[in-house]
Amino acid sequence: MILARVLGNIVATQKNRRYDNASVMLCQQITPEGDETEYSVLALNSVDAGVGDTVLIVQEGWSASTAATGKAGAAIDSAIVGVVDRIDLL
Amino acid sequence: MQLARVIGTVVATVKNDSLDGRKLLVVQTLNKDLQPSGKPLVAVDSVGAGIGELVFWCRGKEASFPFKREDTPTDCTIIGIVDSDLHVSQGNRLTGKPRL
Repeated sequence: MILARVLGNIVATQKNRRYDNASVMLCQQITPEGDETEYSVLALNSVDAGVGDTVLIVQEGWSASTAATGKAGAAIDSAIVGVVDRIDLL
Repeated sequence: MQLARVIGTVVATVKNDSLDGRKLLVVQTLNKDLQPSGKPLVAVDSVGAGIGELVFWCRGKEASFPFKREDTPTDCTIIGIVDSDLHVSQGNRLTGKPRL
């Protein structure tokens, strides 16, 4: 899983049917210290994360599809599966 | 999934039978500011996208799921069309480090 910050969302009327009723969020990967990296990614929102939240994104198809739509087998490769409250580093 | 701009089409007469009838598009992946990032890819279209449109694509095995999943050889498929560039919001974006 990667750590990321939610930047916003995108609106797509024409999309895969399995995406209906789901929100697609634009996220930017961050380091555990909170610095932004170059990598941005779109992820389905399964936990009602909002803009500015630090989130956990799973990037594996079966898990992402199950988390975001309740069933495996959708064309989804990234899903937000948690909102991070806090990170403790040594 | 990644945002991308459709920048061209690919014509391939000889191809795997299971790709018959599929539209192949050249897409340029974009970053959060909608600027090009990385090299263009060829993606199979599952939603009827066209040149110039802002789309998003899915990578890996999941890319074959909009089709007959067991026998469609693709690792990059367009699965949605963003309504317009203005429909990519970065509202209320926090600047600097988040509070962890």
